[in-house]
Amino acid sequence: MFARRRKHFGTSADKATYATLHTASLATPSLREGLTPAAAGKASKHLRDLLGTAAIAICDSSGVLAWDGVGGPYESNHRRDAKAIAAPTLRSGRTAVLGANDVACGDPQCPIRTAVVAPIVTEDRVVAVLVAYSPRSSAALVRATEEVARWVSGQVELAELNKERTRAMEAELRALRAQISPHFIYNALAAIASFVRTDPERARDLLLEFADFSRYALRRGGEFTTLSDELRNVERYLVLEQARFGERLKVSLLIAPEVLSVAIPFLVVQPLVENAVRHGLDGTSGIGRITIRAQDRGLEAEISVEDDGAGSDPEVIRAALAGESSGDSVGLGNVDARLRQVYGDVYGLVVETAPDAGTKVSFRVPKYSSGVHASA
Amino acid sequence: MSPAMSLTAIGLVVAATIGIGLFGLRISRTTSDFYVASRAVTPRWNASAISGEYLSAASFLGVAGLVLVNGADMLWFSVGYTVGYLMLLVLIAAPLRRSGAYTLPDFAETRFESAPVRKICSCLVFGIGTLYLLPQLRGAGLALQTVTGAPTEVGAAVVAIIVVINVAAGGMRSITFVQAFQYWLKLTALATPIFVILIAWRSGDHPVGVLESLQGAGAEWAEPLSRAGGRDHPVYATYSLLLALCFGTMGLPHVLVRFYTNPDGRAARRTTVVVLALLGVFYLFPPVYAVLGRSFAPDLIGAGADTVVLELPGRIFPGTAGDLLGALVAAGAFAAFLSTSSGLTVAIAGVIDQDLLRNRLHRLTGGDYLAVNSFRIAALLAVAVPYLAFNLTGALSLADTVGLAFAVAASTFCPLLVLGIWWRKMSTVGAAAGLIVGGVAAITAVLVNVIGPPQGGWPKALIGQPAAWTMPLAFITVIVVSKLTPHKIPRGTARSMVRLHTPEAVDVDRGLSPLT
Repeated sequence: MFARRRKHFGTSADKATYATLHTASLATPSLREGLTPAAAGKASKHLRDLLGTAAIAICDSSGVLAWDGVGGPYESNHRRDAKAIAAPTLRSGRTAVLGANDVACGDPQCPIRTAVVAPIVTEDRVVAVLVAYSPRSSAALVRATEEVARWVSGQVELAELNKERTRAMEAELRALRAQISPHFIYNALAAIASFVRTDPERARDLLLEFADFSRYALRRGGEFTTLSDELRNVERYLVLEQARFGERLKVSLLIAPEVLSVAIPFLVVQPLVENAVRHGLDGTSGIGRITIRAQDRGLEAEISVEDDGAGSDPEVIRAALAGESSGDSVGLGNVDARLRQVYGDVYGLVVETAPDAGTKVSFRVPKYSSGVHASA
Repeated sequence: MSPAMSLTAIGLVVAATIGIGLFGLRISRTTSDFYVASRAVTPRWNASAISGEYLSAASFLGVAGLVLVNGADMLWFSVGYTVGYLMLLVLIAAPLRRSGAYTLPDFAETRFESAPVRKICSCLVFGIGTLYLLPQLRGAGLALQTVTGAPTEVGAAVVAIIVVINVAAGGMRSITFVQAFQYWLKLTALATPIFVILIAWRSGDHPVGVLESLQGAGAEWAEPLSRAGGRDHPVYATYSLLLALCFGTMGLPHVLVRFYTNPDGRAARRTTVVVLALLGVFYLFPPVYAVLGRSFAPDLIGAGADTVVLELPGRIFPGTAGDLLGALVAAGAFAAFLSTSSGLTVAIAGVIDQDLLRNRLHRLTGGDYLAVNSFRIAALLAVAVPYLAFNLTGALSLADTVGLAFAVAASTFCPLLVLGIWWRKMSTVGAAAGLIVGGVAAITAVLVNVIGPPQGGWPKALIGQPAAWTMPLAFITVIVVSKLTPHKIPRGTARSMVRLHTPEAVDVDRGLSPLT
């Protein structure tokens, strides 16, 4: 049984297939980086192994990306001509077979006498050509070159897709970032307006707070900030909200100073506080208490925002986090999505709530996570 | 020494430590008092905390014991424990803070982008931590033995249990104020008896024999490089010790964790300067105990040397005054074990939890566990292993064991940090090779020491103080292997370097988007 299986593994056709697949797989990682000179250079060695020709070249409209095979003076001669040889195929997208008249240099020792030029196509566009140089051309070589070029096309297309996906994720992150709610802007400005006559000095201070708040919230660059900066902005926000609610809004902050330097995604705490203010105060005429905590948990920091307001049905919150309802808790879903995107699914928001029992929203962030660095 | 009084003092220290830890001196304010966020931990507070956590049983009891037995050469322990922070300041403090790393494995990951290097670092953190916890437990055992006469195993077990409960329950995680309080407590406990003694002498009650004990037979003891206490090759041993202490501090797991609290690189440097000052003051006192011990407690030279700090006040002032001072010193010694052990346990347990335990637990339970429990198991492991080791190993002196922990750190993390921060051409393979070669060499030396050191001559000197050969060995390995494997230089090296070395105020592109 064992012997038969070994024998089965060993037929020469099978061996050839395995060798070919293996060589192709060696070229895959570099091709997946796209058609850069470095990646093409690494891949070209394996591609020449696949074709078994004297030399191959990968050229795009700017010139030779990579060359593999015979070196020395032959290489420099033929490298010079490669662009001209590649040009017709780059234009037409059709495979060309060139004879000695077009290809051979004067040297009779040179193994390069013919060339097969096959197009590398992604999304119906010829992005480069694969040139296989050999002493003689044959129908088999033409066929092989075309197939290899087609395979390379597939890989390059995958590389493009990969890049697309990264771009899409970046776009998603950009879309997710920093939403200050229009309600808040309106309410804050209205509250400031109410002080302009009665207490101009306070109105001025509040306007400055508002200016600082918007500068922070609308800033460009860096996805991350320190917890310290984020909390400072939360404080600005609270100053503005207190201008509106006065004594009705009681806030306490319990902050472990050890975690102030933790890097966190920008604007993740403020939406939670805004949510708490809304839930804690809206709909009642009594006093709303909000507690903001930042605690040291060894390798992680835990941040929580708690209000003693009306609370809500857990199902409603679940829907908001899943992005199904655009109702009350817009900010929560957004923060949750960003946290998960940066740190992984383990680090989402945790919401504890029930009707008439207040709401506590908390999350953890690792103190160190690769790629997360606060920028000013 | 009165056991009741000492036990009361120790109980008070334990209660205060756990109490402050649990009920918290965290910043707690209402919005009438804004901008709490700007009240980050100041370099002074942080430096007190670092010193509090750093000054261990080896510093509080061990240095005096070593000087008492082996003489002037051992003063280098005081110097070396302090100078380690100078090296840290000059070479790595600010870049390390800018790297954003919280633990040593984090640094390895951010600089070398390699999971295997990270894993090696985690194992080394566990090893160094165990080696460092060992003398803390022994110190605790000795202190309780001196006070109550109980066997050392009991005292060690008591401290081990307190530390595990404290850490696992979440108290004294790494609260800056608790550790800062510990520094001042230790300094007070160590300095007060000395000042009381000096004042008593000024008032005419002059003891005889202090200076005389340094004459005659004592002259050799006071002479540097004199081989007092039977240590051969004093020049080699001294340099090797200094190397270990100077370059080992930066590789201690609980030191780096505290630097994370600094808001930026500049604050990290300031903190280190203050640490130097605080440690400098503290280390003035242990040698004084040793000198006084020569005349007042000569019987301790030998096996009981590590208890000289605890015994001395009672010997000089019989009666209540001595009891009170003895209680104060015992309390300080206990503060030393508690703070260092807790800080270390938190740091080690974090690394075990994150890198060695959590994934396994996840696989075993299918994700059905609490992250907190994983940390608790890690904390238990972090203390249980050194406790077992303590029961298995023979009686190395406190400061010697700590010296070996420093030697391992200097032979592994020092090359990783120093070359990693200052040398662009360090490759991932080089980093791993350096850690392995340095680690294996130094740990072998440690094991030989524990199991049965060679008797006398060069072998004993080389094994007893291995840093002078293991550390260069590790550096050379890193450099040679990196030169041989230039294609394994991490791709993000240029970017890492910019991030490590550019002050935060400078606006350059140091960002790594989380998606690339």
